This record gives sequence, structure tokens and C-alpha cells, in this order.
Amino acid sequence: MPAGKPVTSTWCERCGEALPAGGHAACAAARPLEPPRYCRWCRRRMKVQVLPAGWSATCVEHGRLDGAP
Amino acid sequence: MSQILDRARGQVLDSGTGLDEAGVLEILRLPDELLPAALQLAHDVRMRWCGPEVEVEGIVSLKTGGCPEDCHFCSQSGLFASPVRAVWLDIPSLVKAAKQTAATGATEFCIVAAVRGPDARLMKQLRAGVEAIRAEVDIQVAASLGMLTQEQVDDMVDMGIHRYNHNLETAKSYFPNVVTTHSWEERWDTLRMVRESGMEVCCGGILGLGETLEQRAEFAGQLALLQPHEVPLNFLNPRPGTPMGDREVVDPKDALRAIAAFRLALPHTILRYAGGREITLGDLGTREGLLGGINAVIVGNYLTTLGRPATADLDLLVDLSMPVKALSATL
Repeated sequence: MPAGKPVTSTWCERCGEALPAGGHAACAAARPLEPPRYCRWCRRRMKVQVLPAGWSATCVEHGRLDGAP
Repeated sequence: MSQILDRARGQVLDSGTGLDEAGVLEILRLPDELLPAALQLAHDVRMRWCGPEVEVEGIVSLKTGGCPEDCHFCSQSGLFASPVRAVWLDIPSLVKAAKQTAATGATEFCIVAAVRGPDARLMKQLRAGVEAIRAEVDIQVAASLGMLTQEQVDDMVDMGIHRYNHNLETAKSYFPNVVTTHSWEERWDTLRMVRESGMEVCCGGILGLGETLEQRAEFAGQLALLQPHEVPLNFLNPRPGTPMGDREVVDPKDALRAIAAFRLALPHTILRYAGGREITLGDLGTREGLLGGINAVIVGNYLTTLGRPATADLDLLVDLSMPVKALSATL
């Protein structure tokens, strides 16, 4: 985890709303077929590039996430 | 009700002449108990007129988001409160994506941009990208950059783009409910120029935008008039923040009826499973579609959403004894 990030996620990576205990069921169900769109730590919209065999999502403050299919 | 299947068997399977709009509508209205027979007939038509090969393609977004158009299904429009941000893909990453696609056995790699039409910067990026791919990867390159001028069509021919995708999206009569920033006719004009250039025409659309069954049949008829080399069949995957973000996905049986109907309208066309199939039909639906008229797939991820792992589709093709179309067969 890059320096400056809080210990726990605060925001939903899919809808950008506050994340309750247990998360959003609908968003969690959708996530296997979607890359994250919002930074889980600061709620900024991330720059997301989907590739045929993966994706990257970059928050200007908290850095880059990479995912495989 | 099965009269339409008997008629289709004689007309489409035996003679290779697609159903007209009225016939397609009858297929779309078939009761559930006749759906297996319709899918079997569509599969027989595909095997007779296209063969067992499946064309495999990968797609990538060269320029994502920030589009000035208002296609109501699209998360890349800059006019909606979609979370998709504008991003450009650099050339090394584009080549890497082409290599990943070729490694699956795919023969097609389509470069896509979310734009009304390409500007000089995008055309320059496309040319550089195509040259870089051709230098390192053995794969056919297709493109999808919106509406084109004749000069841009000519440039793409010069680059060696062998197929151009430009979807009509939906029936002409329903198009104004889906897009207001340009017309169906403007899209048709681009398709006409692409066809006249010698590039292969790839043109399909999205089902589940709120169109009626009559309009779905109308759309199949309009595609049959165009006779595209390839028809990508998408199913709406409602995207948050778009005007169609709250729509229900297409009923799975309606989706399968549509696959059979489009195959019976277009017996000689490459009919490709594209976006939304996972959310609409699930894993089982991929098998049923491939046994119901589909003869091409997009493998891996889409432009802004993710797909099944390519290996899942490739394993399924092995299981179904459907060989992946070889590159030599596309040249």
C-alpha cells in the first residue's frame, strides 16, 4: 500500500458511494465483469484502461492498480 | 407457428436466401417450446453456409471516454454522469494488447476510439499503432473510429486496415430514441464509403435498447440490405450514469431467439458474439449461441467492461469441435 493511504477502504470502487460494512451487494456482484472506477481511499474517479487481458486503474493521489481477467 | 421454420429450412438452409423482415419477426415471436428447433436450424444454416470455423477477435480502446456524442447506452459519452474518464493508450501498450490477442489464436484485432469521427491526432496515432503492430504481430488489424470522411477512408486503406466497424446500433425507426447528436443516415454514409473502398464492412448493433420486436426485425432487415461481412451482436449492459443505466437486460430466451433470427436473416455473414453476452446469457448462453448461429466471438475484455477469460471461450470451442479460423483463411 503506497504511503498516505488509510488502512481501510472507505468508498465503493464501482459506484463511488460510501462503503457500509459488508459493502454494496449489487456492486460486488457486478465487479467481476467491471474494473474499478473510483479510488477506494479517496473517491476520486480513476483513469482506467481496459486491455484484452487485463486492466489498469490509476488514482492521481493513490497510484495504480492492475488487474487480470 | 412452425410454418416459419419449415419455410426457413427451404429458403435459408437449402437456398441460402435470408429471411425478410416479416420472417424475422415470426422467428422473434416463436414460443419457447420452438426455440430449440429455431436454434438448431440457425446452427445448420451457419454450418452449411459459413462452416464450422469460429473467427476470434480481440478489441482495445485507443481513446476512451470524453466522446461528444450522446449514444444513450454508452458510458464513454462525455455528456453523461458516467464514471468513465478520458484516457489515451500509448503505442507500446497497444502493441502489447495485439500480442496478447494474437496469443489466443485470434486473427482479428480491432482498434476502437470513442469519438464522433477521428481528428488528425487520432489518425496519426492510428497510423503509428498499425505500423507498430504490423512490425511485431501477425494479426489482421481492424478499426472503429466513428464517422469518416472519404479522405480518412482512403487513409485507412493505405494503412492496411482490412475491416472497419461502424454499428448502426438499432433500427432506423428507433435510432432517434438512442442517439440525437447524429443520424442513422450519417452512419450509413460512412458504411457506404467503407464498402466502396474495398475494406470489409463490420456493422451490427445492440439489442435491448427499448426497441420493439418489430424494430428488432426491422434492424435485421436493414443489416441484410447492407450485407456486412461481419455483424457484431451486442446485448445492452446497462452502464451507471447513462440514460439507459436502469434498463433491464434482455431476457435470455429473447436473446437466443434474436441470435437465431439474425442468422436466418444473414446466412452468409460472420455473426459475432460481442458485448453483454455474459450478463445476458451467462456461461451457458455462450454455448447455446455458438450452437444457434453464432460463428465469431470477441475474446477477453471489452472496451470499458470485462469479459470471460479468453481461455474459457477457447476451451468451449475445443469442446464443441469448432476450430478457430486460421489467419491464412482471412487473407
